[in-house]
Amino acid sequence: MIRTKVRDASDKQPAISRYRSRHVLSDAALKRLFLWPTLALLISINIFPLFYSLYLSFTTYSAIANQPPVWVGLQNYRDILNDSQLWIYFRNTGRFVLLTVSLQTIIGFGLALLLREKFRASGVITTLILIPMMLSPVVVGLFWKLIFDPSYGIFNYLLGYPAGRGPEWLASKELALWAVVIVDVWMWSPFVMLLCLAGLSAIPDYLYEAAEIDRASSLYQFWRITLPQVAPLLLIAVLFRTIEAFKTFDLVMGLTGGGPGDATELVAVNLYRLAFLGQWNTGKASALAYIVLVIIIAVSNIYIKYLNRIKEG
Amino acid sequence: MADVGLQHISKRFGQNLALDDVSFEIKDGEFFVLLGPTGAGKTTTLRIIAGLERQDQGVVTIDDEPADHLPPAERDVAFVFQQYSLYPTMTVYDNLAFPLRSPLRRIPEAEIKQRVEETAEKLRISHLLQRKTAHLSGGEMQRVSIGRAIVRHPRIFLMDEPLSNLDAKLREALRIELSHLQKTQGSTTLFVTHDQTEALTMADRIAVLDQGRIVQIGSPYDIYDRPATTFVAQMVGSPKINLLPAARENGNLHITDSPITLPADASVELPAALVVGVRPEDVVIEDSGQFSGQVMLIEPLGMETVIYLKSGGQTLVSTTPGITRLRIGNEARFSIARQRIHYFGSDGVRI
Repeated sequence: MIRTKVRDASDKQPAISRYRSRHVLSDAALKRLFLWPTLALLISINIFPLFYSLYLSFTTYSAIANQPPVWVGLQNYRDILNDSQLWIYFRNTGRFVLLTVSLQTIIGFGLALLLREKFRASGVITTLILIPMMLSPVVVGLFWKLIFDPSYGIFNYLLGYPAGRGPEWLASKELALWAVVIVDVWMWSPFVMLLCLAGLSAIPDYLYEAAEIDRASSLYQFWRITLPQVAPLLLIAVLFRTIEAFKTFDLVMGLTGGGPGDATELVAVNLYRLAFLGQWNTGKASALAYIVLVIIIAVSNIYIKYLNRIKEG
Repeated sequence: MADVGLQHISKRFGQNLALDDVSFEIKDGEFFVLLGPTGAGKTTTLRIIAGLERQDQGVVTIDDEPADHLPPAERDVAFVFQQYSLYPTMTVYDNLAFPLRSPLRRIPEAEIKQRVEETAEKLRISHLLQRKTAHLSGGEMQRVSIGRAIVRHPRIFLMDEPLSNLDAKLREALRIELSHLQKTQGSTTLFVTHDQTEALTMADRIAVLDQGRIVQIGSPYDIYDRPATTFVAQMVGSPKINLLPAARENGNLHITDSPITLPADASVELPAALVVGVRPEDVVIEDSGQFSGQVMLIEPLGMETVIYLKSGGQTLVSTTPGITRLRIGNEARFSIARQRIHYFGSDGVRI
């Protein structure tokens, strides 16, 4: 393309002809130049591991044992699905995802509604609210451990308990999962808020003015204008958060390490244990990872179907 | 339907005086047009009547009662926005039904259905009722938004440049339809536009706004034939009026920089320096014409031809019916219809 253009121009204007002698990258060459490095990276660190781990999930293999993988067919999958312990982890994960995503949605959307009105320092406040999102989950886990501490932590103090008499958030079987949920909500509600804010600010004022003239009550305006208009972005936020919540690992590691007992042992945490901590059971871990992948893809697909339906309007 | 009155309305946005002592009255069943350039305060006036904006001074009356304390919902006005302002996630039917479904009205669904279908019939959008508004063309969207206004029989229609986002053909078609609808329904309408054609063709009365002030209120004929200022004279009429600076001397008017001399009108008292306004159709090209000029440019429009004539340092615009035989560079003779000359003082005010 570029070459032909230059030639055309040079026919009419001889002054440009000297450019012709200079080496010019053709469009096709340029495309290849950008494409191949990316493709090479993708294949080596995404696609190859994907298929290799699929193969490993059908074998008995340990990454640290100096032995080749042994084909065992569906044995790993059979073991996992028959393991009553793993079902507990799945139930934990399900509860965690449901609690944390719904709380984040409500709080994030609520914050967005509040911050949508411009007031003095609203920009600064928005930025401050976004800070938790930018921190490393392990760091967050470690300092919330201090916050939750029953003897000197500030969390119980703020709830009004005298020092040392409040609940032990991280050591109680009933409360530990809630503690993780609270931290996850604290950390990721701003993300939902950010997407909702983008959605809200895209709603033109005149829609509300029209609704006001049409005598719509503010609740009616919220249901018929605000919510449908934000829905696509809100759904994307929920989708992202669901996928992330399914994979939650670092936060739990920082806070409870899966304890007490199995109370906060999420599938991703157990996956890590299976793959690396002590067990190094690479084959079975791969199988579990594939099961999680299938679940996430299935859940995402439901969202995406719904999202497309909203978008088509 | 109702009377709407504005008395001494002023409105500031920060340092900017948007409206300066605006007063006018819209009579029941009248098609009233607010005409003015961008930033003249037309939309602000409309929004104050709707209650979307609060004036700093003055009183808005609807049906002779002050409406200033009423929120938009209780003023019972309908607003058609320039950007259509349809609810994008709903069907056309739901959009039309939206104002009727307000919990404040409690209209039974059967009546809503009947009224929506009636309205759709009137605007010829019945076939679109089940469509989502996102899939409509601009003309269809504006029809729906006009429909949303007429479906609920408001006291007054407020229309904020509803046709300006449409292409020329569609604008013309919808203009005629809107005029027809207003006449058959007898609805009180306040229509805002910067387009002089829309104003002249649709209005019963026109108010011309300039920088927040009303310059003139009158019928389209008043506005066109007796413009109060040079601003109004330039605002209406296409092509624009010729405004020529002139000096009065010994009972004659000498156009500055030009050999054109006209006898001064004895019936009015003219100052020594003034501006003479001549509509293009009053610059008549004829072989027996008193003056001559060089043809600078010809714009054939089919029905008429616009000819730019240079006479000394001045260029006059003339329109002549049909196609002209003149060519660029020709000398052309022309005369000026004397009884239709407008005189303005050097401050721009009509004499």
